Amino acid sequence: MKFQIEDVTVYFPYDNIYPEQYSYMVELKRALDAKGHCLLEMPTGTGKTIALLSLITSYSLSKPESPIKLIYCTRTVHEMEKTLAELKLLHNYQVKHLGPAARILAIGLSSRKNLCVNPTVLAAENRDSVDAGCRKLTASWVRALAAENPNVPTCEYFENYERAASSAVLPPGVYMLQDLRAFGKQKGWCPYFLARHMVQVANVVVYSYQYLLDPKVAGIISKEMQKESVVVFDEAHNIDNVCIEALSVSVRKQTLDGATRNLSRMETEINRFKATDAKRLRDEYNRLVEGLAQRGNLAASDTWLANPALPDDILRQAVPGNIRRAEHFLHVLRRLVQYLDVQLETENVVKESPVTFVDSINLQAGIDQKTLKFCYDRLHSLMLTLEITDTDEFLHIQTICDFATLVGTYARGFSIIIEPFDERMPDLRDPVLQLSCHDASLAIKPVFDRFQSVVITSGTLSPIDLYPRLLNFHPVVSRSFTMSLTRDCICPMVLTRGSDQLPVSTKFDMRSDDGVVRNYGKLLVEMVSIVPDGIVCFFVSYSYMDGIINSWNHTGILKEIMQHKLVFIETQDVVETTLALDNYRRACDCGRGAVFFSVARGKVAEGIDFDRHYGRLVIMFGVPFQYTLSRILIARLEYLRDTFQIKEGDFLTFDALRQAAQCVGRVIRSKADYGMMIFADKRYSRHDKRSKLPGWILSRLSDAHLNLSTDMALHIAREFLRKMAQPYDKSGAGGKKTLLSQEDLEKMVDNDMQDMLY
Amino acid sequence: MRRRRGRLGLRAARSVREAEIGDRGGGASRVRGRMRRERRVRRKEGMERNQHSIPIDINSNPNQPTDSSCCVVLSNAVADHFRRRGGREYPYLNPEDWIAGKANMASGQVTKRVKYKSSVKDPGTPGRLLLTLEKLVFKPNNPNSASKLNMEFRYIKNHKYTKEGSNKAPMLNLTSSQGASYIFEFENYDDLQVCKECVGKALSKSVEAPKPADTSEVPSEQPTTEELLMRMNLLRENSELQKLHKRFVIDGILTEAEFWATRKKLLSGNSSRNTKQRVGLKSIMLSESRPAADGRTNKVTFNVTPEIVREIFAEKPAVRQAYLNLVPNKMTDRDFWTKYCRAEFIQGTQAAVAEAAEDEDLALFLKPDDILARETRQKIRCVDPTLDMEADQGDDYTHLPDHGIARDGSKDITDSQNEIYRRTLSQDLNRHAAVILEGTTVDDEQLRDTQSVAEALARSKQGHDSANEEAYANANQERLQRISQLMEIEDLRESDDHPLAPLSIKDPRDYFDSQQASVLKTSAGVETMKCSLSTREAYGSLRQSISHIKAAGLTDPIVTPEVALKVLSVLTQNISSTKFGLGKNPGESVLDRLPSAVKDELLYHWMSIQELLRHYWSSYPITTTYLYTKVKTMILFLIFIVAYNGKFKVDLLFCNLQHLQVSRLKDAMSKIDLQLQEMKESVQPDLRHQVTLLVRPMQQALDAAMQHYDADLQKRSARSGERPNGYA
Repeated sequence: MKFQIEDVTVYFPYDNIYPEQYSYMVELKRALDAKGHCLLEMPTGTGKTIALLSLITSYSLSKPESPIKLIYCTRTVHEMEKTLAELKLLHNYQVKHLGPAARILAIGLSSRKNLCVNPTVLAAENRDSVDAGCRKLTASWVRALAAENPNVPTCEYFENYERAASSAVLPPGVYMLQDLRAFGKQKGWCPYFLARHMVQVANVVVYSYQYLLDPKVAGIISKEMQKESVVVFDEAHNIDNVCIEALSVSVRKQTLDGATRNLSRMETEINRFKATDAKRLRDEYNRLVEGLAQRGNLAASDTWLANPALPDDILRQAVPGNIRRAEHFLHVLRRLVQYLDVQLETENVVKESPVTFVDSINLQAGIDQKTLKFCYDRLHSLMLTLEITDTDEFLHIQTICDFATLVGTYARGFSIIIEPFDERMPDLRDPVLQLSCHDASLAIKPVFDRFQSVVITSGTLSPIDLYPRLLNFHPVVSRSFTMSLTRDCICPMVLTRGSDQLPVSTKFDMRSDDGVVRNYGKLLVEMVSIVPDGIVCFFVSYSYMDGIINSWNHTGILKEIMQHKLVFIETQDVVETTLALDNYRRACDCGRGAVFFSVARGKVAEGIDFDRHYGRLVIMFGVPFQYTLSRILIARLEYLRDTFQIKEGDFLTFDALRQAAQCVGRVIRSKADYGMMIFADKRYSRHDKRSKLPGWILSRLSDAHLNLSTDMALHIAREFLRKMAQPYDKSGAGGKKTLLSQEDLEKMVDNDMQDMLY
Repeated sequence: MRRRRGRLGLRAARSVREAEIGDRGGGASRVRGRMRRERRVRRKEGMERNQHSIPIDINSNPNQPTDSSCCVVLSNAVADHFRRRGGREYPYLNPEDWIAGKANMASGQVTKRVKYKSSVKDPGTPGRLLLTLEKLVFKPNNPNSASKLNMEFRYIKNHKYTKEGSNKAPMLNLTSSQGASYIFEFENYDDLQVCKECVGKALSKSVEAPKPADTSEVPSEQPTTEELLMRMNLLRENSELQKLHKRFVIDGILTEAEFWATRKKLLSGNSSRNTKQRVGLKSIMLSESRPAADGRTNKVTFNVTPEIVREIFAEKPAVRQAYLNLVPNKMTDRDFWTKYCRAEFIQGTQAAVAEAAEDEDLALFLKPDDILARETRQKIRCVDPTLDMEADQGDDYTHLPDHGIARDGSKDITDSQNEIYRRTLSQDLNRHAAVILEGTTVDDEQLRDTQSVAEALARSKQGHDSANEEAYANANQERLQRISQLMEIEDLRESDDHPLAPLSIKDPRDYFDSQQASVLKTSAGVETMKCSLSTREAYGSLRQSISHIKAAGLTDPIVTPEVALKVLSVLTQNISSTKFGLGKNPGESVLDRLPSAVKDELLYHWMSIQELLRHYWSSYPITTTYLYTKVKTMILFLIFIVAYNGKFKVDLLFCNLQHLQVSRLKDAMSKIDLQLQEMKESVQPDLRHQVTLLVRPMQQALDAAMQHYDADLQKRSARSGERPNGYA
């Protein structure tokens, strides 16, 4: 369908539209007009992605004189593929209605591992070797060598791509990873470098959060993006955590050992060069004296991770004199590694601020703050000089330099915590030194500054006023949409008691209680026998899930479950989990029905949809609180309290509930879909916990469903499923319309729009 | 740790191999535990789909019937039915005859041997009766006999026949418009049945004849023999459908074509049924059964059945490979399984590491499965990209070691003890489920020989692999298509019907009943409530014990505990059943507590009403006389059903029916309500409430239909005042 929003003609690839999608677009349009940032919460299952894509592409089409670029960030690669698939649908529609003028170039960017088509490189087992395997064939000095000696292997795809030079472009279209690979294979061009190159000119780029948020990555990939871009962070409820992770580093014993090995290898290399090619080292020295840390324009294949500090914080100065010489720099690094090694020997937990830590380094190892700050750039330069291709071998020393640079750059918002062991396993000595960032606004600040509009959107952003504080920005539009339902197709319930009427909870003192475990098991056994197709269960942690599955196995509950449905389990092994998910879907498709056991905060909870028959019921066993005794968490909570006046308890509850809401929200995809959500913990019935759930769940949570036992929940579930199986009127019977056709929309614009909406 | 391998004992049973294995600790005596065979789980693929909802699909508009034989003369059909209802059941036609009859009718001719009588007492003249749609001809065997007959159907006013099961001979009585009656005695009821249908048709046709205008709307199209066969098969397999068919079609409420018009899917789906539906594997995990230990000694016993062997081979290709390699060259079948069980037993303990170091065969079972790992690598490449979490793993930039927060509260502790001999329950469960989904190629005959099972599985795997590589390229395109299809939001676009794979359940009623029964049986731990005891019985036993006390004086205890318990439990249950019984016991519904006769009757009525309502609603909007007649038939029959439900005085209603004016529908309905009340009261008092609950939706549905009919009628009569019956 095609309709006007003010001066923009929106092309929407369906015949009907939900009213909330329409108002979502209206708000988004206003934010784009104002060239400001916005924060939009819209329930899952209302077609957020397609609304977003169709508005922004239409907006760009309607203003051909100043087209805007869309940078769409997703959490994971599979979400990226999903988004591109939707975009493809939209693009086909727009081209059909507008002709070739509507053609755009949209690409997804991922790692070498997912894009490489060279069979020899792909044969490598893990990702580091794909990465290094590629560098071995494509590094500039390797290619220079190959020009002289034809026996040196190179990558023909890369060579072809280089040869094609500026004529190597992607024709307009929407490219999923697979399409990129297919195109690359057909043309004989390397899809990875082609994509990297096309990112600069593409109208739509879809890639991972880190490509924009992590300064190390953003520095090379997103360096040249135009300001007239709209950046979208989808599923952004965890964005603060991503920001924090981007600036955090940890150092373990293994890291230090590895770094020591790296240093000795670099030393031999330096000695070798001294003997054979001393000029090269001298050149580097001279360059550094001139103040150029980088060697100017590098070939695309030589790029390396950029400086871990944010671009604004990097000093544009010459590298200090004491580390200009390669061997001097190595000495400094040795001293640093030794110092860290001594620190790790501690028997007690140590918590320090960066300032005191840098002080004591200066005192004990004689390395000043400025030297620390330049460690990363200096290392980078040295590695290039030494022509090291197997970069994956040198990750350890790289980590140490990252650490040094960060600790030297930032004095606020960070803390250094040294723990001799994990509190949860006190008898296992595993010392770790962590530099953890507490301030999520640091990493995202350059993004807000650089781009004209940043859209942060998700199904769960409640409370919506918290995010601007956490991320320290001022949205021009900040809105939370409710969901207008044709029928009550979601059915949230709070289960507080088991079949024996005793309370159930994953509270610390109750979680290992046999009664609770049994009650949880009975709940699932009852539910598998009445709910058709797929059921998803979320547990609070892997260890809890393992424990509970084992005890269900011993008591025979698992066997009962398996009489009704197949059981699949998320493990920490991603490959296995992926296969389990694939099989889960097949089991639901063929009608056998299956249960998927998963973990809140796990990979599955973050990005996999359990819509339609893939999930008719989600059970959240317990409240997914973080491990509150964690030092890092405590440090972060302190920081939040001091800087943003956010109470610890509030933050913890907020965090747990957003995870829970995220888990259960995966069950709905559209209004024709339906699903139940059971919160199985007595703590959910308390108002202070419950009220943190997003509005679209809360509004469906009736008082009668707040304090249920297993048998009552069962009864409700039966009734609900029976009701949902009936045919219904999609457009919404009487009163509020829940599905709008083009006519409805036109009428609506004529009438007063607002009162028809809400 | 002492190892007691020397004392390992083995016994081979006929089909069950038992391997006893010495425990780590070493015990004195040996005790055998026997694992019970897995209870058969009656779960089949796909049962869940339509498990819980009996929607009345009144919105669906089945295709308009297209058979000329559809026209039913209202009075005749209903009258017939009412007459025959007095009798009990009659045996169903056997298919061949039925088809023969149909085929004959299609050509418009039926010939049967009969005796022609002028009155009931008349011994009769043997001869042949020839029926066509226009006339009937009787030719006596003795050509000289005077009792020849040749008359057209339009002179026939009415027909009656004897009911099957009554003592009387099968007879057909035709009354002419002059009042004369012609009686034919048949050789058997089947013949009567065929002729009766033919007569019914002919009669309706003769009435229909004066209005040739309408026939154009209902083209005469007879089903092909093939279709008829298909229908027969369906009826034979589905007892529920058969009952409905018997009730409506054979009795002439619906015509054959009308009945099948709403079931076109069933018929068309039939062709695809011929593609063999494979029987899946059971979901339960056989090999996960723990060894039996008796607690007194340190001896445990594993049982290995052929089914378990198949499962182990399918789930652990390395074990399969090892079996093919080792048995029988290096060790015997028994030794192999002993070793395997031992490895399973010590798996995950410290002992595993120690023993595996010593015994390389044993280590084979403990090591991670290489074949599996290879398969996994292959499979991960074919996985749906929108699910592929592995793709995230190892991005060049975002997954650096030691970057990010290593030890905060949100992450779990990773197991640092990465032993090679570790296998978790989760992995086993995932693997098991994957194998179940793949299904098996090993049939039950092959199961007996372990060697052939292993070989068959290995073969099928190989075939699979080579097929995989070829299909890989094609699959890509398909997958992309599927993804884009999945991406679409279903209710925003115009609906398109994806063809669904039909699930063939032979007899739904039978299937779901047994399903429920097995749920009841298998839901271990939950005692199914004993509800065979009625209040009366309980009361009786109480009285008995009281009279006993009167005679024998008070004993200690006053009431025997068993009796007291019985009374108490029954009373408690009765009181609480309605209120609290719902939802308590998963497998049990109110229906199950009703006596089976009542239950069956209720279900039967429910189905009938559904069928009728479906036809009724699909007839709207009424555009032709034909549809009008149909609606009228439906509504009358609906009334009849309700009346019958209420054990209505059938005759009384029947007398009125012939002349029943539509305005009197309401009178009838109010009567029906009364009668329903009666029916409720006729049931046991403690169940009355449940019956009411169950009957109410039926009543409501009927009321809705009748109200609609009334309203429609009023509209019609308002429009054409001179025609009080609309099209009449």
